[in-house]
This record gives sequence, C-alpha cells and structure tokens, in this order.
Amino acid sequence: MDPSTLLQYLVTGLTLGSTYGLTALGFTIIFNTTGVINFAQGEFVMLGGMMSVSFMAALGLPEPAAVVLAVIGATLIGALVERLAIRPVRHCPPINLIIITIGVSILIRGLAMLVWGKDTHALEPFSGSAPILVLGAAIMPQTLWVLGVSLVLLSGLKLFFSATIHGKAMLACSYDAKAASLVGIGVPRMVRLSFMISALVGAVGGVLLAPITLTSFDVGVMLGLKGFAACILGGLGNPFGAAAGGIILGVLESLGAGFVSSAYKDALAFVILLVLLFVKPSGLFGRKDFKRV
Amino acid sequence: MRWLAGLFFLLMTVPLILPNNYYLTVLILCCLHAMNAVGLCLLVGHAGQISLGHAGFHGLGAYASAYLSTTVGLSVGWSMLAAVGLTAVVSALVGLPSLKLKGHYLAMATLGFGIILSILFTETVDITGGPAGFVGIPRLSLFGWELTRDIALYRFVVVILCVMVWLSFNLIHSRLGRALRALHTSEKAAQAMGVDIANHKLFVFVLSAVFSAASGSIYAHYLTFIAPASFGFTFSVELIVMVVLGGMVSIPGAIVGAFFITVLPEFLRAFENVEILLFGLILILSMMFMPDGLAGGWNRLWAWIAARAKGAAHG
Repeated sequence: MDPSTLLQYLVTGLTLGSTYGLTALGFTIIFNTTGVINFAQGEFVMLGGMMSVSFMAALGLPEPAAVVLAVIGATLIGALVERLAIRPVRHCPPINLIIITIGVSILIRGLAMLVWGKDTHALEPFSGSAPILVLGAAIMPQTLWVLGVSLVLLSGLKLFFSATIHGKAMLACSYDAKAASLVGIGVPRMVRLSFMISALVGAVGGVLLAPITLTSFDVGVMLGLKGFAACILGGLGNPFGAAAGGIILGVLESLGAGFVSSAYKDALAFVILLVLLFVKPSGLFGRKDFKRV
Repeated sequence: MRWLAGLFFLLMTVPLILPNNYYLTVLILCCLHAMNAVGLCLLVGHAGQISLGHAGFHGLGAYASAYLSTTVGLSVGWSMLAAVGLTAVVSALVGLPSLKLKGHYLAMATLGFGIILSILFTETVDITGGPAGFVGIPRLSLFGWELTRDIALYRFVVVILCVMVWLSFNLIHSRLGRALRALHTSEKAAQAMGVDIANHKLFVFVLSAVFSAASGSIYAHYLTFIAPASFGFTFSVELIVMVVLGGMVSIPGAIVGAFFITVLPEFLRAFENVEILLFGLILILSMMFMPDGLAGGWNRLWAWIAARAKGAAHG
C-alpha cells in the first residue's frame, strides 16, 4: 500500500471525524445536564451551514461576519428549543423527551425546507481551495480550519468545565441535579446554557463542514446519527471521549471507504459500533462502573 | 375482549361507506402499520425494551418475501412464511447480544442494526434492485386462493391484524405478560422472583420482529413494488411514535396511534411543503399535552365529561 494514499485517507478521516466529534460533543453536553438524548443535534449542524450561506447571499455580508452571525443564530435557536419544547416537559419519562426532540428535529428540518428549499448549497472554503501537498497527499486548507477550530473549541470547553464557575455548576448538575440545586445552582439556567453551548458547538461544526460536503436541509439526519454513534463509541457522558469517538469513527470510515467499498462506508461505522457495544458497552473511554445486566 | 370484536366489525364494515379505492389503500396501510405497532407495543410498552430498528425487520420481511417469490419462484404463501421465519431467526441472533444492553445503548444497537439493514437493501443491487426498487412482485395469493381485488386483500389484512391483537392480548394477561411487566419495572426484582429475564425479553423481541416481518411481506405483495426508502430510520422512528402516541402500554392505543400517524400525512398533503413541519409540530404538542398518549388523553377527557355530567345531575 502506498503511504501517500494512506495519509490521504487519514486526513479525510480526521476532517470528517472532527465534525462527528463536534456533533457528539453537543450530545454529551446536553445529556450530562439533563439526561436527554437530543435528536435535534444534527439540525443545529445543518443550521450553522445553511444560515452562513444565507447571510452571505441575502445580506451580502463577508464570510467571517456571516459565519459568526450564523453561529449566534443557531445558539439562540438552541435556547429557544430548550425554552419552548424541553422545559415544559422536563418531568416526563425519557422516552417522551426523546420523541419530543425527534419532533423538534422534524420541525426544524421542515422549516429549513420552507426557507431554503430542497437544493444543496455550497459555502466558499475559508482560505481558498489551493491544496497543500504533504508527503504526496493533498491537504485542503479547509481541513486545517476544521482541525484547528475543533481543537480550539475542545480546549475552550475543557477550560470552561474545569476553570469557570458556570462550567463547574454544569458538571455538578450532571452528577446530581437535586444536590446541585440544594447548593444554590440554578439548574434550569444550566440546562438552558447546555442547550446553547451544544447548539453553538454543532453550528460551528456545520459551518466548518459546509465548504467540504455541501449542505442542504436534510444533512442533519445522518450527521446526527453518526454523532450519536461517536458519543456511544467514546462513552456516553464523557465529552472528550465523545470527541475522540468521532475522530475514530471518521478515520475508520474513511479507511473502510478507501480500502473496502465506499458504498458500505456508512454501514461500516455502525458495524464497528455494534461490535463495540456487544464487547464493551461502556464505550472506549466510558466509566468502569457501567452496569451490564 | 369485546372491543376486539367491535374493532373487527368496524374495520370490516368501513369499506362499505368509502367513496373510492384510494381510501381502501390508506386503510390497508393503516392496518399494516398497526401490526408493527402492536408488536412494538409489547416490546416497548410492556417489556420496556426500546427498539429504533424495527423498520429493518419490516423491510427484511418485505425483501425476503419479494426475492423468494419473484427471483426464486416460490409460491407467494411459502415465500411469506419463509420470510417471516428468516426474520425470526435474524431477530433472535441480533436480540441475543443486544438485549443485554439497556436504555440509550439498546436504542443505539437496534438503530445501528436497522441502518445496516437499510444500507444493505440499497447496496445489494443484484438481489434487491437497489435504490430504484424491487419491481414485479406477484400479488398476494395464498395456496391457490388469489386475493386479486383490494377488498379481498383488505379483509385478509384485517383478519391477520385481529389475530395478532388477540394473541398479544392473551399474552399480556398470561404469566408471561405479568413477568414482562415485572421486568419492565425492575429487572432485579423480577429475577429475584424467578423470572427468566433473558429468555422473556428475547421472546418478545422475536415476536415483535415476526409481526413486523409479516406486515412487511403483505406490504410487498400488496404494492408489488418496494424501495429501500420505505424501510429506513425515519420509518423506525414513526413506528415508535405510533406506540408512544397511543400510550405505550395500550394495544388499542397503539392501533389508534398507527391509524393516526398513517392518515395524518394524507390530510396534510393538501398543505404540501408545510406537511413535514406540521407533522413535527403535532408530535411535539401531543407529547406535551398528552404525555400518556391518545389513550390517556381519551380517558381523561372521558373522566372530565363524566364528572361534568355528574355535577350537572346534582346541581
């Protein structure tokens, strides 16, 4: 096997994997504070990309401004989703909450279809499309953007959870919401914050991905599923495991597509996941005390 | 069980007042979806095991039956039986490791399996016809008895649905049903009481897969055309929604949920692009205001009316 081909697949895998990782990160942030799996997470990713395209075309904004505005917009939508759809039903059984988030994802997708139609849209790469050649593999500048921004976001979150009062309060909610509220943490505020952060992270992922794989109203479905898979792969409830799970999934998928068959690349991700679930259901980086009955 | 007789009578007489065949098609689809929902109600509502992959079993029944009758040339009756049998075996093989998982993990495992199946339906072009679909499937006929007219097929579907409901109803009220409810509440307590939880869970999982496969194979021989798009993740979600909307533990609720979710898009079609949006909105609102489903909503409405009537009588 040719090393430059392998490198090329690795780079592609890392790029895709970073966006899976960012989606997975969004899942875990919400799961940790609320215990809810938010099936609308993929829709936040879609909104990031679509809104950037729209702000550039409709308002004639330069790309950086459009991107920032899109991410802010998606974050506000995240807050809106929490306020309108999640808070009124927070005492319902988990399966009802799952159904509601599925309803939210259908609703957002439907709205997106009304606003943007069924066409695919493209976003310009942030710094041109002249590939950089490294050891015979062509690396697009956008790839560096994806990797760089993901890394910055990840370190930023790490810092947020370990060094800020809000971050620590959110962690406290994830361990025991009742105890957290007893020591004076406003749990509902933390829940809203977690929805906003995960929408932000998802939207950033969508913005980064849009120049690479085009975007349309329904890209959120598969991305959401892959993100969920990455989350379980890394260990549900562990944000950094989730990010790592996304990278692993992306790389394996890219290698599988390159060396086995591109038709089955989506299936491969889920086959790996099933095998892992049957062998080590707590995920690669999950807690050891996971109960398997 | 009186309601089952009522349901049978109602379903059998409804076609007499229908203006055209289009409504009959919708009714047949409703009944086929109801079969899925009843099986899933046993699994999700009674045994407490979520599955996000049942569209895969539905598709497996449809594709296996289509392949056996069209490509292999088996008679339709035997193809359908073989397809259901195959799905039972596959679901048992998947269920053995999956059912050791719980909650989100079980949801993910079944979801992953469903997606793998739907990708197989799309990619194994030689067997399934790929994304373009499987065409030329023979119409339903059972061992020399041809169901050429839609109304005959409809009656057959109603009979099968009612048999499934009857079986499920008896199951719920048997020792097994009580064991299932026990393990739904607490697996540990159920085990301590001597319930063989692994076998019970597997049995219900296979049974629900069999219901889905039977429904899928009838679907294939009714439409004579199937495509992978009908058996994807979205349909698995729709099936869960039918059960949850119906009220989870209620079999009549699951049937009502199935009819509601099947008929809804037909009504919303008038709104074209707004259809999908309204579907999402209806899901959210019904979950918010009827957390225990249509069945629970109905009970509460009934209690409210009864209370008002009583109040009126007294005062």
